[in-house]
Amino acid sequence: MHEFSIIYNVLRAVEDVAKQNHFNQVDKIILRIGKLRQVMPDFLQFAFEASSEDTISEGAKLEIIEVPITIKCLTCQKEFEAKRQTYICPHCEGIKLEILSGKELLIDSIEGEKAE
Amino acid sequence: MNIKIMQKVLQANDKKAGELRALLKTKKILMVNLISSPGSGKTTLLEKTIPLLKDKYRLAIIEGDVETDRDAQRLDQFGIPVALINTNGACHLESVSLEKALATFDLDHLDLIFVENVGNLVCPAEFDIGEDHKIGLLSVPEGDDKVLKYPLLFQEASLVILNKIDLLEISGFRLEQFEQDLYQSRISSQGLAPIDPSILVSRRGGEERATGVYTQYMTVANDDANKAEKQKTKGINQLKPHLPLIQISCKTGKGMQAWIAWLEKEIQKKTSSL
Repeated sequence: MHEFSIIYNVLRAVEDVAKQNHFNQVDKIILRIGKLRQVMPDFLQFAFEASSEDTISEGAKLEIIEVPITIKCLTCQKEFEAKRQTYICPHCEGIKLEILSGKELLIDSIEGEKAE
Repeated sequence: MNIKIMQKVLQANDKKAGELRALLKTKKILMVNLISSPGSGKTTLLEKTIPLLKDKYRLAIIEGDVETDRDAQRLDQFGIPVALINTNGACHLESVSLEKALATFDLDHLDLIFVENVGNLVCPAEFDIGEDHKIGLLSVPEGDDKVLKYPLLFQEASLVILNKIDLLEISGFRLEQFEQDLYQSRISSQGLAPIDPSILVSRRGGEERATGVYTQYMTVANDDANKAEKQKTKGINQLKPHLPLIQISCKTGKGMQAWIAWLEKEIQKKTSSL
């Protein structure tokens, strides 16, 4: 259910940026979402369509880039992708690790039409 | 026209949370954010905790609920300030609503604020509300597989409480599995490492569990078992404290002492901080 809150925050931020840049229409919004965030892309799309009505983002395309969970092993210094929630280095079975990506919740960019 | 933004989606929430954290730091008030599924015993835990602390510390509660003031009513009997936030459908608390709740308290005369978040294991973990600690509460009947299913909470939490341990025997809850998952899931960019399983095993052999608090289980900055063994013998200073797990039963009162001790230590830390 946090998808609705996320979209609400996205719409607000996009509105601000669009105004600053004198957009009268937003065509596309690109989000970067890490897989650790447990956000469902389909549900995010649904929340976006339901919430963007009557905003500057109405009708815009929402593109979601899912960012994989990448981890660096601090023992052997190798990097790997955590496919499931098992945090053990596949190279040396080390468990002292550092998350490099996967926690993102970012608005990457927007595309739109400037008012003449 | 394309504009690169690269802005955090929850930037507005995080900014407000930062302001609240700064305010509470000035006022030297500890704020803990209790997060669990519905029915794990958040309200009951508070009902059992408050009588043990209220003569010694000045307490307040922020009660988050989707609808109704039922929990707030249950907590109203203690004569301490209770602020109710009805989220009207939202599944978590956000920093903006916290600000309103805090405004109803006299912050010059408080030591500890409990926030009872909306019952949910996913979303509350996502939203910073300016708390000092997120506390993940899990109860035995929910099952031992929740750690890996809800990883964010267990990475964000400073403390995990396992409630309803009076049901351990009849529930089939695998405590070992739960602990294993807890330590394995614990990775973080802040340099907190998961427990070294070799230490867990070697220590488990002889040492008795002190009221369920695994303070004796420390992680080592090296996963080489031999080095770890050496470091262990060198003394506690070589070891880094780890995510503590406290096992309690609100029904029998078992483990409550450890929980109270944890809170008191955190209150001391906060009041003595500059």
